[in-house]
Parts: sequence; structure tokens; C-alpha cells
Amino acid sequence: MSETTAPELEKPAAAPEARSPLREAWGMFRRNIPALVGSALLLAIVIITLYGTFLYGGDPYDIVWAPHEPPLFTPEFPLGTDYLGRDLIAGLLTGGGPTLAVGAASAALTMIIGVTLGAVAGYFGGWVDSLLMRFTEFFQVLPALLFAMVLVTLFTPSLTMIAIAIGVVSWPQTARLTRAEFLKIRQLEYVTAARAIGAQDGRIMWRVILPNALPPLIVSATLTVGVAILFEAGLSFLGLGDPNTMSWGLMIGANRDYILEAWWPVTFPGLAIFLTVFAVSLIGDGLNDAFNPKLRER
Amino acid sequence: MTSYLARRILYGLLLMAGVVILNFFLIRLAPGDPAEVIAGEMGGATEEMLAQIRAAYGLDQPVLVQLGIYLGNMVQGDLGMSYFFDRPVSELIGARVWPTVLLVVTAQILAICIGTALGVFAARKPNGLLSGFVSVFATIGYAVPVFWTGIMLIILFASIIPVFPVEGMMDVRLRDAGWLTQTIDVLHHLALPAFTLAIIYLALYARLSRASMLEVLGADYIRTARAKGASERSVLFRHALRNASLPILTVAGLQMGSVVSGALLVETVFNWPGLGTLAFDAILRRDYPTMLGVLFFASALVVIANILTDLSYRLADPRLRGYPK
Repeated sequence: MSETTAPELEKPAAAPEARSPLREAWGMFRRNIPALVGSALLLAIVIITLYGTFLYGGDPYDIVWAPHEPPLFTPEFPLGTDYLGRDLIAGLLTGGGPTLAVGAASAALTMIIGVTLGAVAGYFGGWVDSLLMRFTEFFQVLPALLFAMVLVTLFTPSLTMIAIAIGVVSWPQTARLTRAEFLKIRQLEYVTAARAIGAQDGRIMWRVILPNALPPLIVSATLTVGVAILFEAGLSFLGLGDPNTMSWGLMIGANRDYILEAWWPVTFPGLAIFLTVFAVSLIGDGLNDAFNPKLRER
Repeated sequence: MTSYLARRILYGLLLMAGVVILNFFLIRLAPGDPAEVIAGEMGGATEEMLAQIRAAYGLDQPVLVQLGIYLGNMVQGDLGMSYFFDRPVSELIGARVWPTVLLVVTAQILAICIGTALGVFAARKPNGLLSGFVSVFATIGYAVPVFWTGIMLIILFASIIPVFPVEGMMDVRLRDAGWLTQTIDVLHHLALPAFTLAIIYLALYARLSRASMLEVLGADYIRTARAKGASERSVLFRHALRNASLPILTVAGLQMGSVVSGALLVETVFNWPGLGTLAFDAILRRDYPTMLGVLFFASALVVIANILTDLSYRLADPRLRGYPK
């Protein structure tokens, strides 16, 4: 933003080399066993989602066997088949991709909107703050899932639209958190110092305050990914996802009419969603503890 | 207090006006002719119907006039016509609001009561078994998709332990039964959906009330209460919980939008005849007036719940009663 304005200000803004808080936090995180388990689990899920389909080779849409083959009955299909006789493993391997991609993209969008609005509101205060906070409260009144459903239906249901819809409905909490951090930090001496040497607003906001507000924002971003994954799963479950893309939520939705005949086609995709969000939230909790050692036993 | 309430209600009305304006622009942002959007793409609207819609919404007038007409209609309770159901939207929604309110309120009460109780008992031994359980349960509760919990409960209760009905709100055969039988039947049907919805928030409130209680139990006035010989139960519930309940109320209020969203998903799983199933049907048929009407009413529920939360603060904390804002 203010990249071109004042190159001579580079020195005061640069952090001193001493013990960096990030390194300290990493030290804490490294010793947190649940957080490490969560990281390993998430890494495994991402790798399986990225490469599983290539290695396994099955097409999730192919009808390969009798419908509702129970798990562990046929060696070729260890998790059984769905109501059409499609291989569940192939579906699980392919279905993670859209869920993770939409989760990550919409979480990124949520952070961009939330941090920008929250930072502007917290930094400038006054009427700008009041106006933006009323705007945020307005969005908090709309039930997020319903609003996302309406957006996806009004426009074309594609993965991009779903990611945008989730981003548009879930930024208010991030905005409130960012605003609170900015309100707190803007009164600190180093911000006054930056202003005294003539740094402009944009530079103070993004180069001075934002890096210091990052810890809670990183934790919140992690949790946002989890919420976004659950959102995407809910929308696809309702059949509002991209109809041409296999996803975990869609698998549950497609098989829900037969749950009393076959429990496995809905159980396994649900477990996959649960494990993914569980992994993400273990990481989020670990980061929270790492950044706030004093609050550990909250 | 009265002027505070009046101001709070006025602000709520402004928020609702905002929702109406948002709905108005959503129809115009959607691709295609607004009249056809309003008629619903799968409604198969005739030219006559379209002309009727154009006249009713003033679609040949400038946009600001259109907005005025739209707002005017809403104020009179006219949410438009559902061309798919062939009935006024307000009538459709009127029949569906109460089941949703019943579900949301029951789930919140269950979650707050059980969650807080778990949290209070966990806080007595911060490193005990129950504390560990609350932390693990909270992380799991946050990570489980609510519609999946519902489906798992249906599988469990429909085929393995058939004690609760898994679908609908009332047994059709009881249509002519007395009110007591009907009420019991509705509560019987309510059990599973309400519990499904409550699980997520239960976990959240348990964790929160544990943290909040731990903070309060370290305060001086708790030591004073103990020193003057108050019983442990009195210390926990009368001295500590009352002070620890404010964060729980705050979060309960903030979660309302999310609870309503969750209720919509749970309704579709259990075929509960509320706003969620209506919204879902409307969305499948691209019935926009109904869809936007549900969005309006669901937002209104959140606004009302937020006002009630603010009022309950004042009941819980007498210190706040003097302040107008």
C-alpha cells in the first residue's frame, strides 16, 4: 500500500533481533502434544487428499459393485459401497479436495475482509468506527448459513461462489477481534513513536500495528478454517454445493435417504469431516496456548 | 430502563430495515429480470403473472421508488406472494415460525443449563477427570458437523434403541387428541432435534463456564464468603456462578445467529416443520420471495434474542441497571 512512500523509514519499523516472540511461541507449540497430533493429522489428510486419488486410481462416480455392500465384506472395497454401488474409498479420497480448498479459500477471504474492516475501525475510531461496527452488527444479525444458502442460490452454485458466500457471511467476528487489538495497540508508545517520525496511517496500520496484533489473529484464522469446512460441508449436504464436484458433505446428503438400510455411506464421510476440523482445532488450541502462556489453564 | 429498552427496540427495527434493504438489492443483483426472479425460475410464470408482479413492485419506476414500495409493503406485513406454494409468504412463515422458536429456545436452554452445570463442577477440580472431559468434549463438539450428529442419532434411535421418534413434530394419528397428549407428543418429537442442536453449544458453554468459574473462584469475595462460613453449595451457586454467568450470557447472545443457522440444518435432518425446512423447500424451487421472507424472519429472531440477552444482563448484574447504555 505505502510501499513507495518512505523508504527511509525502514529502520525504525524493523524489529530488533532479540528473542522473537514467534520463536518463543514455536518453542511452546513444539512441546504441546495435542497440537502436534493435530498438525500430523492435518498434514496426513492434506497429503491423502492431494495424492490419494492418483495412488488409489478408482473413479468416485463409477458404479463398480452392488449397492450398499457393507464394509469389510469384499476385499476390493474395504469401506463398502454407496446406494448406487460406488466405491466409498474413491469418494472419500476425491471428496476431501473441494472441502479443504473451499475451507482454505473462504477462511482467507474472511480474514481479508475482517482484518481490513476491523483495522480501519480500530485505528481511526470515531465515526468511522461507529459506522463500521454498526455494519458488522448488521451482518451478525443475519443467520450465516441461511444467508450463504441464499447467496449461493441467487448466483450460480460453483466452488468459487461457495467460497465467496462463506467468506461474506463469516467475517464479523474477525473484524471485532481485529478492532479490539488495534484499539489496544494504537495507544502504545511505539505507535506514537512511529507517528512522531512521520509515518503515514497506512504504514502504521499495516507495518507497525498489524504485526503486533498477529498472534490472536493467527489463532482466529485457524479456527475460521474449521468453521469454513463445516460450512462447506453443510451447504453440500443440503445439495447447494457444486453438483459436479464430489465432496464429503455431498456424499452424506446423497446417502441420507438410505441411512436405515446402510449406516456406512454417511458415517465415513462424516468422520472425515470431523477428523479434519478436529485436527484444525487442536492446532488452533495449541497456537492459543503458545501465544498466551499465561492463559494456559483457561 | 424503559428509555434504554425503547432505544434498544428502535435499533433492532433499524437493523430489520437493513435486512429489508439487503433483500431488495439481492433480488436486483441476481442475474435476470427482477420480475422473473420474483416469480421464481421454476414457477413457469405466465406473461400475465409477470405483469402483475411488475405492477405490484412498481418495477417500471425508478429504483428509489421501488425501494419505497418494497419497504411500504413490508411494513404492512406483505412479504410478497410465493408462486410455488401459491400462498402469501407471510402466511407460510406464520405457520413455521413457532416450531423453529421452540427448537432454538429448547436447545439453548438445554445447552446453557447442562453446559454450565458441567463447567461449574469441572471448575471445582481444575485438573480433575471432569475438567479433562470438558476440554476434550468441547474440542470434539466444535468439530462435529451438526447434521451428521443428527443422522447418527437417527440411526441409533431408529434401529438400535427405538425410544424417540426421529421424524416430524407430531404423530398424525394424534390430530384429534387432547392438548395434553399433543403437548407430550410434541416434546417427545422435540427431544432428538433439540439435543442434536444443543450438543455443540453445550460443549462451548461447559468450557466457557469452567474458565469463567476458575477466574471468579480466585476472587477475594469468594474467600470472604468461605470465611464467613457459607456452605460450599452457596459459595458455588450464589456467590460464584452469579458473577461467572455474565460471559456465558454474552456468548449465548452472540451465538444466536449460529444457533438459528444450526437449527435450519437440524430441521432438514429431522423433517421438523420449521423455517429451515421451508427455506430448504423454497431454495430447491428457487422461490425467492419465500427464501428472502425466511431470511427476514430468521434475522428478526436473532434481533429479538439479542434484546432479551441485554435485558437478562441487567437481571444477572444489578450494577448494570443504573446505566442507560
